[in-house]
Amino acid sequence: MQSQTTSYLKKNKKYILEAWMSNQLTDATLREDLISNEELHAQSEDLLDALLKALNSGTFNLEADAYQPVIDLLSEISITRARQGFSPRETTLFVLSLKKALQVALQQEFKDNHQLLYQEVLELNDILDSLSIVTTETFIKGREEVILRQTDEISEISTPVIRVWEGILALPIIGTLDSARTQVVMENLLEKIVETSSRIAILDISGVPAVDSLVAQHLIKTVSATRLMGAECIISGIRAEIAQTIVHLGIDLSNIYTKASLASALKLAFSMLNIEVRRGEKKFVR
Amino acid sequence: MDRIPILKMGEFLLVTIQVDLYDRLALTLESDLMNMVSRTEARGVLIDISAVSIVDSFMGRILGNIASMSKIMDAETVVVGMQPAVAITLVELGLTLSGVHTALDVEMGMELLREKIGPQPNDEEDLYDDII
Repeated sequence: MQSQTTSYLKKNKKYILEAWMSNQLTDATLREDLISNEELHAQSEDLLDALLKALNSGTFNLEADAYQPVIDLLSEISITRARQGFSPRETTLFVLSLKKALQVALQQEFKDNHQLLYQEVLELNDILDSLSIVTTETFIKGREEVILRQTDEISEISTPVIRVWEGILALPIIGTLDSARTQVVMENLLEKIVETSSRIAILDISGVPAVDSLVAQHLIKTVSATRLMGAECIISGIRAEIAQTIVHLGIDLSNIYTKASLASALKLAFSMLNIEVRRGEKKFVR
Repeated sequence: MDRIPILKMGEFLLVTIQVDLYDRLALTLESDLMNMVSRTEARGVLIDISAVSIVDSFMGRILGNIASMSKIMDAETVVVGMQPAVAITLVELGLTLSGVHTALDVEMGMELLREKIGPQPNDEEDLYDDII
């Protein structure tokens, strides 16, 4: 790109920015609920400044150091947008609408020299296309981060450790157990045992649809680990079909306390701790 | 050379491991502890490993050995205060330390030991009273 062009663009920055803004604002997909006009304006201005500065350096290679600030800025905007819930289309259009604005500006400047116009527009397109690829890439990366975080949160939330009584913890497991989740379950349970110094933990698997040999192995490991810490573990909520699978698989749960329901496990826990619960006279008034 | 102190508390021996056990130290502890059990005729050994954060199969074996050795000298062994990470490591290594009693903390460990060795000699009077 010739220096004449870059200085022209620089001079007309304000005009380009306006054109770009109006391009963005007329775009039907613009999400006014997610980003305010002022914010969008500030973002656009920052990016345009950075881009013009980079173009001024004379290189058109996106790998060059001069473009690093542009890429950094764009990545930041793109990741933020991914987190805010913009669609990929909206995010990419942010850059592509700048391309349109720049093209219009160049068209006006070089309307007499078509060859030069063609050449300049081509170069500019190259750069902006590369920038839009960067935008899309970082957008996807941002989304992946969001998904990963959510996955972590789900596995964290879905294995709550509840203190049902003094010295008794319960851990209702809902959903399929896999190795990663069992690890989380085991860690949470053991941490909580230390924290609350509970002597009995009840693992309730009534919400687990299926048990295979791997899951059973994990359960046995969890029970062994609790025993090593000095607590006792009761497994409750084993359904008929799960009991069948376990026996068919030849898994030995005979030295593990197992109970049909959480209630009966709690009863067993009470008797292990020598706690007696009795029905008293009716005193409870709301 | 480092040694792990062994405290005598009535009929029990109390060992608190405050440093990470390397192999030689563990072996020394094993022989010291056995000598002590035989000398004091202790009925119970309580090993507090709450400060131990790293464990290997060797240490797992030593703990198992201590338990079986004490057993034949008529002393029960309780390991207390195992950290979650240590428990997970041992289970992953396939060591479930069967034969070793465990408790959450020293207090519960003491209680368990008392339960295991049955009535104390100084409780005998009470027992006698009950019989009368």
